[in-house]
Amino acid sequence: MNTLKSISIKGMFVAFLVSVSSMLLADELNLRPGVTEISRSVYDLHNLILLICVVIGVVVYGVMFISMYFHRKSRGHEAAQFDDNHTLEIAWTVIPTLILVGMFIPSYGVLKEIYNTDNAEMTVEVRGYQWKWQYKYVDEDYNNSFSFFSNLATPRAQIKNRQVKTETYLLEVDEPLRIPANRKVKFLVTAEDVIHAWWVPDFGIKRDAVPGIINELWAIVPEPGTYRGQCTELCGKDHGFMPIVVEVLPEREFDLWYQDKVAEKIALDQSTKTQTDTEFLTVSSGG
Amino acid sequence: MSSRLEQQAGIARTVKKLCLVLVGMVGFVFALVPIYDLFCEVTGLNGKTGGQYTYVESEMEADLSREVRVNFITNTNQGMNWEFWPEKGAIKVNPGTIHTVNFFVRNPSSIPTVGRAIPSVAPGLAAGYFHKTECFCFEQQLLAPGEVMEMPLRFIVGPEIPGDIKEISLSYALFDVTEDSTELIESFKNGLNVAAAGR
Amino acid sequence: MSEVVHTDHHDEHDHGPEKGLLRWLYTTNHKDIGTLYLWFSFLMLFIGGALALVIRTELFQPGLQFIEPAFFNQMTTNHGLIMVFGAIMPAFVGLANWLIPMQVGAPDMALPRMNNLSFWILPFAFGMMISTFFMDGGGPNFGWTFYAPLSTTYGPPSTTYFIFAVHLMGASSIMGSINIIATILNMRAPGMTLMKMPLFVWTWLITAFLLIAVMPVLAGAVTMMLFDIHFGTSFFNAAGGGDPVMFQHIFWFFGHPEVYIMILPAFGIVSHILPAFARKPLFGYTSMVWAVASIAVLSFVVWAHHMFTVGMPLFGQAFFMGATMVIAIPTGVKVFNWIATMWRGSMTFETPMLFAVAFVILFTMGGFSGLMLAIVPADYQYHDTYFVVAHFHYVLVPGALFSIIAAVYFWFPKWTGKMYNESLGKLHFWLSFIGVNITFFPQHFSGLAGMPRRIPDYALQFADFNMISSVGAFIFGFSQLFFLYVLINGIRSGKAADGLSWEGAKGLEWTLPSPAPYHSFTQPPKVS
Repeated sequence: MNTLKSISIKGMFVAFLVSVSSMLLADELNLRPGVTEISRSVYDLHNLILLICVVIGVVVYGVMFISMYFHRKSRGHEAAQFDDNHTLEIAWTVIPTLILVGMFIPSYGVLKEIYNTDNAEMTVEVRGYQWKWQYKYVDEDYNNSFSFFSNLATPRAQIKNRQVKTETYLLEVDEPLRIPANRKVKFLVTAEDVIHAWWVPDFGIKRDAVPGIINELWAIVPEPGTYRGQCTELCGKDHGFMPIVVEVLPEREFDLWYQDKVAEKIALDQSTKTQTDTEFLTVSSGG
Repeated sequence: MSSRLEQQAGIARTVKKLCLVLVGMVGFVFALVPIYDLFCEVTGLNGKTGGQYTYVESEMEADLSREVRVNFITNTNQGMNWEFWPEKGAIKVNPGTIHTVNFFVRNPSSIPTVGRAIPSVAPGLAAGYFHKTECFCFEQQLLAPGEVMEMPLRFIVGPEIPGDIKEISLSYALFDVTEDSTELIESFKNGLNVAAAGR
Repeated sequence: MSEVVHTDHHDEHDHGPEKGLLRWLYTTNHKDIGTLYLWFSFLMLFIGGALALVIRTELFQPGLQFIEPAFFNQMTTNHGLIMVFGAIMPAFVGLANWLIPMQVGAPDMALPRMNNLSFWILPFAFGMMISTFFMDGGGPNFGWTFYAPLSTTYGPPSTTYFIFAVHLMGASSIMGSINIIATILNMRAPGMTLMKMPLFVWTWLITAFLLIAVMPVLAGAVTMMLFDIHFGTSFFNAAGGGDPVMFQHIFWFFGHPEVYIMILPAFGIVSHILPAFARKPLFGYTSMVWAVASIAVLSFVVWAHHMFTVGMPLFGQAFFMGATMVIAIPTGVKVFNWIATMWRGSMTFETPMLFAVAFVILFTMGGFSGLMLAIVPADYQYHDTYFVVAHFHYVLVPGALFSIIAAVYFWFPKWTGKMYNESLGKLHFWLSFIGVNITFFPQHFSGLAGMPRRIPDYALQFADFNMISSVGAFIFGFSQLFFLYVLINGIRSGKAADGLSWEGAKGLEWTLPSPAPYHSFTQPPKVS
């Protein structure tokens, strides 16, 4: 019985050590650093807090395990009868308070940075629908503003296991959001029907998309590439099937693509306008 | 024995007090919505912007030293089938000066429909400085099939706006409220009938 | 027993329990009602657990294998609702019924008839909620947080039944709380001052006040939903000038105190078990009471940390971040006190102690992830991912649930007069301990890797974590069936237990014989 107990206590201890070391050692188990300055600061902040927690954990659990090992009846340990110690109690109220203040300050710094939406070079409106995303490029000249939907591109056969799943399973769309590298892009997030949430982990940004309300977000992505995320607010049946794909293009390439899109949109407007021109005669004014 | 009676009386008193607490909490629940609105107004939560603003020219001083960009975002929500667009996607304004921007709606369907536009301002803190002297927000608007309407928005960005707000986005979400506007629809139909009868 | 009856002239005490089913229907005895609550919550635990296993089966591998997304959403929603309102809360109320009168030296609860009513409402409430599964459009599918407008404009037709079920649960909780407060404040044995009360009584007193404060808020939220759905109001409907975000503020104003409602009694239980098996008085009784009280007060000013991504102004975020971090201080005090209680004790590790120690370790783990979630910029990366799922399961399963299991083992001899089989109990502990960690620890990693919660299917990089998690869930689930066996085995063929069933146990309930007589403390004991 005695050996069983000591084995079980050692087992708990080993399990704890393994979990702690795995958190620290294995990068692939940790949060991803992402590609923007913000996501890196968030990553550093995360590591800092995690480290503080692990250190506190080692101390607290360490004391606990020492006690559980030595202060057992089976080892003949007699129970002491103390039930308070004011010095200790003050210490473990004050020290955590200081640690918390130390955590709050850098967190607030990063938070303030995230809230700085100034000097954006372009604005994209992001709209959540049941169950797809719409991206609208907002231009000063409204005629140049264009938009498109971004639907899940994974075939039904893969989801129903009739086809082999590709590497980007559930994280691929028919038309991705395209933004330029190295420019500050502002996202105005809202929704058409229910609440969704727009999240690109590699940019370190997430915001709820609420119908009737707009929220601001921004990113400067230095590296061109494809970044993937998902809707993170339960929005009904196909909540798990409305991924976010952002393709970050080199600036020149983006400008060319943007011009093409604008030209395409103006051409489309022209053709529909000729059809409906007559109806414009009935313009009335109202308040 | 008497201690038992005392105890019963004590229980009755406690229950009475707790019921009062309960009634108080229920009252608090009724007050939740106004409290929340006040909370939003004070904190600029959700970019809630109020209704019309009375404009006193003499009190408003234009700040020509800086410009604020105002984005106009138009959306149709919950399957609303109108077309809805602003005259301009964005303009730059000096705080304290008054501007007018027209918005357009068109009902492409074959039935009369009632819409209502809900405004929202981002960043939320800017909402307190974005004054609309004429707007079409929260109003029910009926459009006949094929009708196009021009809706002006007159606004001032308050000169007291903090310098770190350089861009404001005003969004209108247009909802289909035909179902909740039977009276409006009825009077519209009656109007048609009267017109037909008078002809 | 009969001696007591003769000295007491109240004829309500003249008889023992009635026979048969009617005993349970008409009972006003706190022990019977406690038993009803406990078995009811055990049943709900299995129903909620079955739903969890359906979820974990579907998530065993990527792709849709067994159920459709629409049904999956009903599973997650009802798993949450049943576990929170059906399993954890009634289990604590059951423990309160059994233990509070015995611990304060009272013959029964203050309002025995209302006690009967508050229990018997529950089967109807949950019957109604579960019946929605068989209705057109299915049951609630909008998450246990039922955010508008998904639960109003876009909710299934059965939402009205769900709303009424929540009203009933709320009424039951409020009545139960009034009863508990009235009992504690008026029926303590002479000499038992407030600061001499056992900690389980203290934590429940505070919890009961929390319930009275927030249950009306929940009722208000669902009533507004009801009006939005049926009477054309627009509290939460943006189209009518309402605000969907207001729903979240109201819900979490209820929801955060609710979280503490599910953990404060657990603190009380652990504060009984650790001293008993360390054979040493509880360290820092006074600071324990103050810590619980301050946690309860703080719980009213941190609600918006559940909605950091909703788009609040900067100072709002900073305030709720700071307030949330402050909660770590009293919580830390409690953990340190427990460890100081163990320190230099003379410990033995019977099953209740094992569960209590695991509670301290794993609840603290949940506390750490909670602290991480309080950091707003980092929360943007964790919010609504499996990291959150891991966090709240760590505080609710090896937290609240383990404390309930520990309490059942600890007071089992007092309730039944029999001792459970210690080896089976230990086996149950190790299966649960291993199962719970295999289930929920990998969810930290899938969350950090970016897996959103409440999705029926996931990208390939999350596959390994989910498979491990599903295996753990089955181990954990079936070890609770084993728990049922251990209990039945104990009731049927356990050895007879002494009045003082544990060497180090302290408190009035241990001065009674085991099993505790149907009517106990008809003459109040003296407390020095």
